[in-house]
Amino acid sequence: MKKIVLMLLVFLACHSVVKAELTIEITEGVEGALPIAVVPFGMQGGGLPAVDLAEVINADLQRSGRFKTIPRADMLSRPTSDREVEFKDWRALGVENLVVGQVESTGAGTYQVQFQLLDVYRGQQLTGYSIPTTASNLRSTAHRIADIIYENLLGIPGAFSTRVAYITSTRLADGKSRIGLNVADADGHNPETIVTSSEPLMSPAWSPDGMKIAYVSFEGGQSAVYVQGVYTGKRQKVTSFKGINGAPSWSPDGRKLALTLSKGGNPDIYIYDMRSRKLQQITRHYSIDTEPAWSPDGKSLVFTSDRGGRPQIYRVSAFGGKAQRVTFENSYNARASFSPDGKLLTFVTQDEGNYRIAVQDLKTGVMQVLSQGRLDESPSFAPNGSMIIYGAKAGRRGVLAAVSTDGRVRQRLALQEGDVREPDWSPFKK
Amino acid sequence: MKKVLSLSATITLSLLLMIGCSSTPTTEGGAEVSEQSTGAGSEMGAEGSEASTSAASQGEEWYGDPLENPNSLLATRVIYFDYDQSVVRSDYLEVIQAHADYLAANPQAVVRLEGHADERGTREYNLGLGENRANSVRSLMMAQGVADNQMVVVSYGEERPSAFDNTDEAMALNRRVELVY
Repeated sequence: MKKIVLMLLVFLACHSVVKAELTIEITEGVEGALPIAVVPFGMQGGGLPAVDLAEVINADLQRSGRFKTIPRADMLSRPTSDREVEFKDWRALGVENLVVGQVESTGAGTYQVQFQLLDVYRGQQLTGYSIPTTASNLRSTAHRIADIIYENLLGIPGAFSTRVAYITSTRLADGKSRIGLNVADADGHNPETIVTSSEPLMSPAWSPDGMKIAYVSFEGGQSAVYVQGVYTGKRQKVTSFKGINGAPSWSPDGRKLALTLSKGGNPDIYIYDMRSRKLQQITRHYSIDTEPAWSPDGKSLVFTSDRGGRPQIYRVSAFGGKAQRVTFENSYNARASFSPDGKLLTFVTQDEGNYRIAVQDLKTGVMQVLSQGRLDESPSFAPNGSMIIYGAKAGRRGVLAAVSTDGRVRQRLALQEGDVREPDWSPFKK
Repeated sequence: MKKVLSLSATITLSLLLMIGCSSTPTTEGGAEVSEQSTGAGSEMGAEGSEASTSAASQGEEWYGDPLENPNSLLATRVIYFDYDQSVVRSDYLEVIQAHADYLAANPQAVVRLEGHADERGTREYNLGLGENRANSVRSLMMAQGVADNQMVVVSYGEERPSAFDNTDEAMALNRRVELVY
């Protein structure tokens, strides 16, 4: 395994109009990644677009850990369509795939983006698209192109057009804290704060359609679960019972929320039906039962319980009933969630005194520790299952980190200042 | 645990008896205590008028609000816990007894029991742990006659640390229940 340690987002400095952006640092890469060159796109019709599309595509592919991208300085020519490509030059560089394209200005702030993905050895086009876009959507167009390339070459959908929700905390001069619930593109760009509070905010969870986020807020001195429209800003208080109102998790059909309530005297798992507003109690145990997460088929839930003495992961039918213990390896396993295909669980495990991210194969029961931090938490699968994003510590600061599901690629996403934690990866755009 | 409590009860009671109570006593409970005490209760007069004289403290005696007496066990408002534990350590039983006695004697008083955890482990589990800690304090107080509606339990888990370092000492300071009147 090769250490790369690459500050990818140096070019971010040029776009520093935005506040508190996440910078991404790939700390470890894979040998045998697919060599690819993304040539700077040509421009037609004057007026350079504000976004370097090839750079965004390049960064996406590199960040996935599955591609080895070729630096621009090494490129002998800068073709913008297959007709201009000298394939032998690219073969000499060891490049297997080539991305060329051009942006055409079609009016005030509108563009037509064309690109081609080429197989260097066969000298053939693998795919090509022409996509209309606007100035403010150029980055998302670049992410779409990266998704198309990723899917074409690897056979699974890319997750570059997705978003991440996370909590930030900034300590103010007067000793108080400002807590924010934010959403950003999966590459850390375009961060937007959708809730701010002087009281704790916790546990953001995207709805399956990507339009809403459920979260916990302590405004008013008591925990309550809210559901907020990401693009409307409108929100609804879901539960505010006495005691804990926490750990919301959406059912795959988006109709129900599993959550933790301690109104019965101790934390138990409940399911709240968003339409009928009815509550169904799933667990009844004097221990701490919390952190429910749905299986992708909607039939069962996993949750954390210390009913056996220490926290472990259990599984229960979504109709309730007897819970089965799932984790046995370490003395502390908590906050599990399923991979999109339902085959793996990711959770926090206590590994030699450190809290780290693990995955467990549900069929074989084999557990693998993926992260190497001291206090790693809140793991969340990318919607294509390729990566897991989680919260980590860099010194005393909270940062976001991501690791490939096979543990081979690691990266860190850090805010310039303040504390960032509890990432939740959005579903695919519908 | 019961035994320790009743032992400490006598100590606490005698301590409480030494505490005079003259300002802002709106209840008979408070008045009772002050009557048995050093006689500062004479200021109480009828119905505990708001205009009470504020006496300077003299040695061990305290003529102000017992909650404000820095020498009282009531001045201890934070109870610390061992790692992943929600059982109240025996060295805090006297403090809890003192607060229980105060609340029992002042049925209008309400205390918020705010449970906290250190940063280790997952956030939602730590909410549960913080609540367990607050509930441990609550049950001990109830056993000493404090009414249910005088206590509000809130858990903040690890969301509101009081110490920000990642040392063992800082983490010990974060595993706590705060009594907020």
